[in-house]
Amino acid sequence: MTLHRTAPAWLALAAATIMGAQTALAAQTSITVGMQLEPPNLDPTGGAAAAIDEVVYANVFEGLTRYRADGSVAPALAKSWTISDDGLVYSFTLHSGVKFHDGSAMDAEDVKFSLDRARAEDSTNAQKRLFTGIASVDVVDPMTVKITLSNPDGGFITNLAWGDAVIVAPESIDAAKTAPVGTGPFTVSRWVQGDRVELARNPDYWGDAVALEKATFKFISDPTAAFAAMMAGDIDAFPGYPAPETLPQFDADPRFRVMVGSTEGETILSTNNKAEHLSDIRIRQAIAHAIDRQAIIDGAMFGFGTPIGTHFAPHNPDYVDLTGGSMHDPDRARALLKEAGAENITLSLKLPPPSYARRGGEIIAAQLREVGIGTEIENLEWAQWLEQVFRGKDFDLTIVSHTEPMDIGIYANPDYYFQYDSADFQGLINDLKLASDPAERKSLLQAAQRRIADDYVNGYLFQLARTGVANAKINGLWENAPTQANDLTGVSWSD
Amino acid sequence: MRQVTSAFVKMPTSLIVGIMLTSLFLVAALVSFLWTPHAVESLNIAARLQPPSGDHLLGTDHFGRDMLSMLMVGARTSIAVAIVAVGIGMGLGVPLGLLAAAHRGGWLDDLVMRGNDLVFAFPSLVIAILITAVFGPSAFNAILAIGIFNMPVFARVTRGSALAVWTQDFILAARVSGKGAARISVEHILPNIANVLIVQGTIQFSLGILAEAGLSYVGLGAQPPLPSWGRMLADSQTMISFAPHLAVLPGLAIIATVLGLNLTGDGLRDLLDPRLRRQR
Repeated sequence: MTLHRTAPAWLALAAATIMGAQTALAAQTSITVGMQLEPPNLDPTGGAAAAIDEVVYANVFEGLTRYRADGSVAPALAKSWTISDDGLVYSFTLHSGVKFHDGSAMDAEDVKFSLDRARAEDSTNAQKRLFTGIASVDVVDPMTVKITLSNPDGGFITNLAWGDAVIVAPESIDAAKTAPVGTGPFTVSRWVQGDRVELARNPDYWGDAVALEKATFKFISDPTAAFAAMMAGDIDAFPGYPAPETLPQFDADPRFRVMVGSTEGETILSTNNKAEHLSDIRIRQAIAHAIDRQAIIDGAMFGFGTPIGTHFAPHNPDYVDLTGGSMHDPDRARALLKEAGAENITLSLKLPPPSYARRGGEIIAAQLREVGIGTEIENLEWAQWLEQVFRGKDFDLTIVSHTEPMDIGIYANPDYYFQYDSADFQGLINDLKLASDPAERKSLLQAAQRRIADDYVNGYLFQLARTGVANAKINGLWENAPTQANDLTGVSWSD
Repeated sequence: MRQVTSAFVKMPTSLIVGIMLTSLFLVAALVSFLWTPHAVESLNIAARLQPPSGDHLLGTDHFGRDMLSMLMVGARTSIAVAIVAVGIGMGLGVPLGLLAAAHRGGWLDDLVMRGNDLVFAFPSLVIAILITAVFGPSAFNAILAIGIFNMPVFARVTRGSALAVWTQDFILAARVSGKGAARISVEHILPNIANVLIVQGTIQFSLGILAEAGLSYVGLGAQPPLPSWGRMLADSQTMISFAPHLAVLPGLAIIATVLGLNLTGDGLRDLLDPRLRRQR
């Protein structure tokens, strides 16, 4: 009896809940964004992991300048700036009324602190080279900061747009790894390690108000789980979607929108230039000729990706197409190996988790086998990869995508994990740092691209495509990835 | 029906079905050493994800490899890993069990059996993952991990059956005639518990195949390019909606082999156990 009387009330309650859910949907102001990797910490000035910037860039932290969706650089915390005629002195005027999330004001002292900290001797900044050209940072008045360079640098404004150059406060920086305090439109409200990071709208934001009230970054490393979560609606958008083979399915489904854009990710067969056989350029060249790029793009990425012949993004106006110098030519590869006396060598091939590496690795192993190079594939987790390959340099070959923008400068560092040491190339990069004339910069950049292609430093495979899936009602997501970021400031739901 | 069968070959039906299924995969694995329809090392990206056809009887995978060839070589991997792992388990577990039974009640018995309990206390797959994570993923480490967990199973079964045999009169006679415990264990105990061990071996064999598939599925078993059923399943998960044969075929292969081995084990028990035979 009791059951009969209570049942209608219970049903009414359920109905109300469902209707409530529908009204909430109509004016949705929260978003759940999927990411494949979880950031190891949340301090973009103290870690190299792309996942850090993918959570905090533009959302939590801001720099003097910033990247926009089309790859151009726009003012951010700096309202405007002037550059002296000799190109050495940059004078930035800051926006007034900017507050950090803890309520303290952002002023020229914070800018000086942030830049001095980044370029300090003991700095743990992952991109210290961005700041090496700075001679001094001076506070003129609370809203004006003067940066003096030791040499003119045409790329300085772009350098300041990097996630590694964001402005932080001395009061809160010690806790930035777990509780970052920035100036951005979102605050980090909760980090459930191993699962998600939650952001909440910053009510005191100085700039244009954002449409979203809540944003959640959910970490799903397994492609199958990512597919299921997307299909079930647990994830609203997955900008770096890891299972390209399922994209046609999303494309055919009106609930979803598939975004295919460009990234700054040069996917390369990284080669240890100091390893036993690989210090011989003939063997590196043989590997380059053994590789069939299109087969890798089709097999590993299901057609998403652009072949590259050097370490440079094809959508960059200074790009030179050098794929011709390392065309798929197994006979040439065999001849080179014979000449080098290395007809039956076995190389280690250590693969990090992303599908471009795991699948691409199997394809490359088969292609190398065709020309007589054996490989021992070892699948590694990211932590092991960083330990063994990136820091330990204990590898022959690996596959990885370098997603930082304009990062050809890494080849000038002989201690970088692929250990390329060329005085010639280092000279080019030095000249580039001093050059501010666009034509001169272009010719230097192109010479640098040719140098590493001619030295067959690494096997250059393809430019990673940005394959993303999102709910069709979401607007304002970045299609391309000019830098590592999931900028949510312009994101909103329609209807 | 039963009478017809027993009059015909005197074999339980489950044994016949089991042996047929098992030998199907055994033969496939053996043939793969000499011949496969296509080479499994060569990729042909242009011909990927093809449905079954005359050239590729079971279609091709996402790299354009022939599925039938992949399954044949995968059978070889699974069976090899399982056989060696069961071998390790039997080779170490049976002597330990005999030792414990020979010293029943003594400290040696306690040592062996408590050691067994220790290994049993941990979930086997978790420890297998631990071993392969520490020493690196490879078929060899998978064998080792699965083998270690077969050991206590065999030790326990051996001890239990051996204890029953030790109480028999003919053992007493052997002791009276001056035979030592070791000699009695080998000459009299072992032959009398062989049937139990064979049945247990078949069951462990099927569990070994499952374990290998599980480890490969999470990427800790045989490494590419060596085909493995578990990895074939894992690789094809995201493609199940447009190329279901990639996931279904290795899945069926695992099911059929495990089922076959279990039926064989059941059948062998029926055939070898004298008490069960009398009941029929």
